[in-house]
Amino acid sequence: MTQLTLAEEHGHIVPYSTFITVWVILLALTMILTYVAKTFHEALSVWAMLTITPLKAGLVFYYFMHLKFEGPLLKAMVFVALSTLVVFIGMLFFDTSFQ
Amino acid sequence: MSSPAAQAHTDLAHAEAHGQAVHRDYAGAKIGMWLFLFTEILLFGGLFILYSAYRAKYPHEFHEASNELNFVIGVINTVVLLTSSLSMALSISAVQKGNRRLSMIFLAATVVLGGVFLVNKYFEWMVKIHHGLYPNGPELLKRKPGEILFFGLYFTMTGLHGLHVIAGMIVLSILLVLLAKGRIGQDDYIKLENGGLYWHLVDVIWIFLLPLFYLAA
Repeated sequence: MTQLTLAEEHGHIVPYSTFITVWVILLALTMILTYVAKTFHEALSVWAMLTITPLKAGLVFYYFMHLKFEGPLLKAMVFVALSTLVVFIGMLFFDTSFQ
Repeated sequence: MSSPAAQAHTDLAHAEAHGQAVHRDYAGAKIGMWLFLFTEILLFGGLFILYSAYRAKYPHEFHEASNELNFVIGVINTVVLLTSSLSMALSISAVQKGNRRLSMIFLAATVVLGGVFLVNKYFEWMVKIHHGLYPNGPELLKRKPGEILFFGLYFTMTGLHGLHVIAGMIVLSILLVLLAKGRIGQDDYIKLENGGLYWHLVDVIWIFLLPLFYLAA
């Protein structure tokens, strides 16, 4: 019987190259966000912030925090927690928009 | 895949070799860490909601006050933290591959980058404090209410984040010692993974702080 290492039993080892690729994408997104925010009209930069920032956070959650390789239970827990926060932020904007 | 019986056998053999009882719950340890991270997400989430409410009320003042922050330092610190997240992730991959020495180098780099972030933050804060721009500071009190709120939120949120960076550096330093002593290795690295999860979350919070404070102008 061959003995499995912990990594082989609980998900797999992410190659160095995957992390480096994600890091390069994160740096590129930061540069794009900064460029758009400092160059273009406010409306466009707000949209850039609202799309690029969650995308960056998603990449960190999915790859660096290993969520991509986790089971459905953990994924569901994270989804519920983040959805709760998004609902509250949504409710806030609903409130401030009609004051 | 190994059967639960085979796993129990492995654990037993390990316990016998060390003369101690071993109980490891990999999934439980990870879920426990994530539950803690949820409390952190909701803590900062509350502050993000506070920021959003005041920004909706004072859009022009927030715009003007944000102009006074040096966005270059904000972007440099983002690059520093993203790079520290990379070295943290690489450290875990290295220990999984059984390369403990490389894992220690990556982990040490993560702690050093955390230090670089804090030094940048220190200089940034000191410039503002010298100009009297700190909570209840003489210069700040002359400003409009919206700008006072912006700087109040800026110091509270980046300050709380900075405390998390310090906490993360302490945790990672302890993990570095455990790695050096061989108490974290290829067959038991959950502590390193959980420490890494905390560090990445601190990075994610900064990803949101950058546009809210430095790019809001």
